Amino acid sequence: MKFFHEFGLYLLTLKGMFTKPENGKMYWKEFMHQCSEIGIGSLGIVAIISIFMGAVSTLQTAYQLVSPLIPLSTIAQIVRDTVILEFSPTLVCIVLAGVVGSKIASELGNMRVTEQIDALEIMGINTKSYLIFPKLLASFCVIPMLVVISMVLGMVGGRLAATFTGILSPATFDKGLHQYFKPYNVFFAMAKSYTFAFIISSIPAFYGYNVQGGSLEIGRASTKAVVVSCILVLFADYLLSAILL
Amino acid sequence: MIEISHIKKGFGGKTVINDVSTVFKTGKCNLIIGTSGSGKTVMMKCLVGLFEPDSGEIIYDGKNFSEMNEDGRKELRQSIGMLFQGSALFDSMTVEQNVMFPLDMFTKNTPAEKLKRVNEVLDRVNLQGVNKKFPGEISGGMKKRVGIARAIVLNPRYLFCDEPNSGLDPQTSLLIDKLIKEITIEYNITTVVNTHDMNSVMEIGDHIMYMYQGVKEWEGSNKEIIFSKNKLLNDFIFASEFLQDAKNMRMLEAEGKIDSQDLDDLAKKG
Repeated sequence: MKFFHEFGLYLLTLKGMFTKPENGKMYWKEFMHQCSEIGIGSLGIVAIISIFMGAVSTLQTAYQLVSPLIPLSTIAQIVRDTVILEFSPTLVCIVLAGVVGSKIASELGNMRVTEQIDALEIMGINTKSYLIFPKLLASFCVIPMLVVISMVLGMVGGRLAATFTGILSPATFDKGLHQYFKPYNVFFAMAKSYTFAFIISSIPAFYGYNVQGGSLEIGRASTKAVVVSCILVLFADYLLSAILL
Repeated sequence: MIEISHIKKGFGGKTVINDVSTVFKTGKCNLIIGTSGSGKTVMMKCLVGLFEPDSGEIIYDGKNFSEMNEDGRKELRQSIGMLFQGSALFDSMTVEQNVMFPLDMFTKNTPAEKLKRVNEVLDRVNLQGVNKKFPGEISGGMKKRVGIARAIVLNPRYLFCDEPNSGLDPQTSLLIDKLIKEITIEYNITTVVNTHDMNSVMEIGDHIMYMYQGVKEWEGSNKEIIFSKNKLLNDFIFASEFLQDAKNMRMLEAEGKIDSQDLDDLAKKG
């Protein structure tokens, strides 16, 4: 019963966002602010994760592909496809669910508890529209970009690891990256990243916006938002793989 | 003027406000007083539309707020200013940005015009040199004054203050009370203050409504409250021995049993 109540409230929160903005300029400003917060704010962690993710997957693939019948360039091919299909969209979005999700939930939760949301309401501002919509839109724009950057850095990390350890020469690695490339994989990764962007921004926004109580509840809402977002990202990952692959 | 009639509000089967009616007059400081849990805050939230009353009407200068659609309410809310208990300033913005926010959102003024207006209202609340400070860097009293500045920046017709003195020392409380009173007269607005500060009651209470367990128990002015025979009100207002003595003195003075000269003599002796 509680699930249906929460789900209904979630849909109502989303529905409440779609009204005419009171002042387009202010909404644009807020959107740009959120793009910077979500995008630039997460770039460092995304870069670090991606480089190491690519490097480790190169080393582990090389460790497992011991057959002399398989050309070495296959290692790069496997790294490329793993990074594009799974690691960059899913792993990065799981991390972003923690970084961005907890930030959104705690920011909105704090605004709710300290009556800042009430203050905006009394000014005649649609708070769902002004506070949640720019976050959602910014996530839609920025998270797929982060995923693309992560793909590139993942492959760079793999290439660096392969070169430093002497597993593959840079030329062989580049050859592997180019062979049997399917552009559809990138489309699939993009479809995943848009879906995950929606989950990562809307779920924490819902939990943060509807916090009731004090600072303890903000922490709880933030944790719940991250946990639910991560579970939904994994569930959506399976669903999209089953449908699109 | 705000007229409320037969307002009822409950949560989960528990009635919090029960059939309250009153009139808050323009140019007056209207106070809602009562113990914690008496329904003051819920009443104020009903008045500004943060809570929807279960029944009853709220009429702002002839316009029925309860029957307005969302657009009508939005429009009306632009003529409402509110000072929150915790000031509710936006943490990520400076004092200047906080006060400028309603102007940015609802006016098409140039940046220079907006800045001029911000400085005007900050001057009005006696705040200078704090424009670039963040809410975390200023004192509680200053936060309240910034809250008042933000509430009046759009020249509202109605001002709501939820416990404006909570957490402030008596001297700062008096300053805030004085400011609210001055602004009410100067801008000729309808001010509704939610408080349980007895200084505020005596200083600025042009019209006082005492609530007890969700019901309007007493109504009158700060002049009348001294002579009230309502036991619940007297227990609340004159809870301390000191205030009880002060009341008794005023009663004796009013009955002619002592005169002001006697009080002056007592003061000199003390």
